[in-house]
Amino acid sequence: MSEINERIRDGSVRVVTAEEMPDLVDELGTDGAVREVDVVTTGTFGAMCSSGVFLNTGHSDPPIKISKAWLNNVEAYGGIAAVDLFLGATQPSEDKGDEYGGAHVMEDLIMGREVELRAQGAITDCYPRLDLETTLKLDDFNQATMVNPRNSYQNYAAAANSTDRTLHTYMGTLLPRYGNVSYSGAGALSPIPNDPNFEQIGIGTRIFLCGAQGHIIGSGTQHLPQEGFSTLMVKGDLKEMSNEFLRAATFQDYGPSLYVGLGVPIPVLNENMARKTAVRDRDIVTEIVDYGVPRRARPTVRKVNYEQLYSGFVDIDGAEVKTSALSSRHVARKVARALGDSIKSGEFFLSAQSEPLPKVGRNRPMKQTKEFLLVGDVMSPKVVTVHEEICIKEAAQMIIGGTFDHLPVVSAEEKLIGMVTAWDISKAVASGKTSHISDMMTRKVFIASRDEPLELAARKLDHHKISALPVVDKDHHVIGMVTSDQVSRLYSRRRSV
Amino acid sequence: MKLMLHVAPGIVRKPIVSSVILETHALINIERAKVDAVSGEIVIDVDPEKCNKVKEAFEEKGVRVVLLEMPVIKDEDECIHCGACISICPTGTFHFEGSEVVADAGKCVQCGTCVTACPQRALKLVLK
Repeated sequence: MSEINERIRDGSVRVVTAEEMPDLVDELGTDGAVREVDVVTTGTFGAMCSSGVFLNTGHSDPPIKISKAWLNNVEAYGGIAAVDLFLGATQPSEDKGDEYGGAHVMEDLIMGREVELRAQGAITDCYPRLDLETTLKLDDFNQATMVNPRNSYQNYAAAANSTDRTLHTYMGTLLPRYGNVSYSGAGALSPIPNDPNFEQIGIGTRIFLCGAQGHIIGSGTQHLPQEGFSTLMVKGDLKEMSNEFLRAATFQDYGPSLYVGLGVPIPVLNENMARKTAVRDRDIVTEIVDYGVPRRARPTVRKVNYEQLYSGFVDIDGAEVKTSALSSRHVARKVARALGDSIKSGEFFLSAQSEPLPKVGRNRPMKQTKEFLLVGDVMSPKVVTVHEEICIKEAAQMIIGGTFDHLPVVSAEEKLIGMVTAWDISKAVASGKTSHISDMMTRKVFIASRDEPLELAARKLDHHKISALPVVDKDHHVIGMVTSDQVSRLYSRRRSV
Repeated sequence: MKLMLHVAPGIVRKPIVSSVILETHALINIERAKVDAVSGEIVIDVDPEKCNKVKEAFEEKGVRVVLLEMPVIKDEDECIHCGACISICPTGTFHFEGSEVVADAGKCVQCGTCVTACPQRALKLVLK
């Protein structure tokens, strides 16, 4: 390592990007590559929601112990000493919502723009001030230190959508019926896949962070190397960063996020490192998962490698589906090149890790101690169903005699085939045109299942503007009904507690 | 070439497109149509040779016709070339050249899907 830094100093260092390395190794062999290459530079540029910045505002007069603070109406956490704040990238603003958030404040600061600080204080004898407002530029902060709890995922699943409606997610717009695949990640340019065992990457590794020189300060949150999902926690000086490699973004109906440009230099000290840094897009495999299933465990549609994702199309169930990225390969390449240029020009020296990242991590599901209601807990199990042959009068009598405005219509095998409401019946009577249920029932019925969380059923009711969902079992037999009245009664009770 | 037809409420129920096809013998492809209580917007694609003839035929029937030369604009300072616009576009307006996203604006039918899908808010429809 010190030899490499010596070569950086005298300008003789040889640097290639992680995209150039595989061909070099193919041509020269790993031993030849070790002789010819000192450093492989990696790079990634993608939305990294788990990012933020510590800001120290300096002390006011009279002094304030900030408890709550807003920068351009974006709340920053003020519960750290008196004038230290943490501004998170995904916090939306209180006036502009999703279109402006913590990430946009960071971008405004980097662009040299003024931001409005509004703060409330906790009054003490040593900090008597109640509140304050001031206007600050980046240079006015004593420190503006980016600390990102989880960046640069080793691997991230691609997203698709099996449902009948367009979804807006943090993985972008997902068209219905597997209309597209959206992915993130820089493939073979990505840092961790080039050193998956942390032989070089570790605590103290100097990195390129949004145009500045930063450091890896540890493994990131949800770091799970034993399953191929390692992450990095990184730190850098916002004052040194450039807008080319730090960009605020908005994901429709999700909110703000931050695009972070991150590059790690990997010294090629031995043949093993030459082999590792020769990884190609096709060697990096991820899964396409179905975001149409709104649960933590989303089903896998298929496995796919980055070469296939980059090709623009993948096959799903025999259909050619268009793929596109949310992360930018274009800027990822710029990161790897910019890092290489600063090494070659003698501005960037490699640092040895003081400790490798842990080989084992943890990303367990949340322990949920408060009850969370399932459809089966609140549904009415007594549902009157009808067959499609009955006439309007009979249906009307059943609605009057029952407790629901809805009649699920079932086939001879008792399977759900449609739904009739009091409104459908009134409409049919008024027009005088139809006399049988089968003519007026809705055939496209939205359904719920017993083990579905009530929150999801409530979202379905709300989204489709309907007032009841029949609950069916796996054979499509109606076993209950959940109505919007039941749901709203439950939630209003819970909110008022 | 693409033409945007602005159809006023008074004539929206007349078979204008069919009439123009019969008159001009042009092959007209309706790429997008949105009609509500107040007005209608129809985007059609026609052979460039018949474009003027078709345009005049519509105008004679009281339709306001705008040639969509540059239906969508990409702000090059904002674009980070991620490609989020590529897979969601129904007409294939965007594609990669190398690692950069380029727009073939002539294909755009102004559906607007890309405008909200762009995380950098770099895309805007040119509405006339």
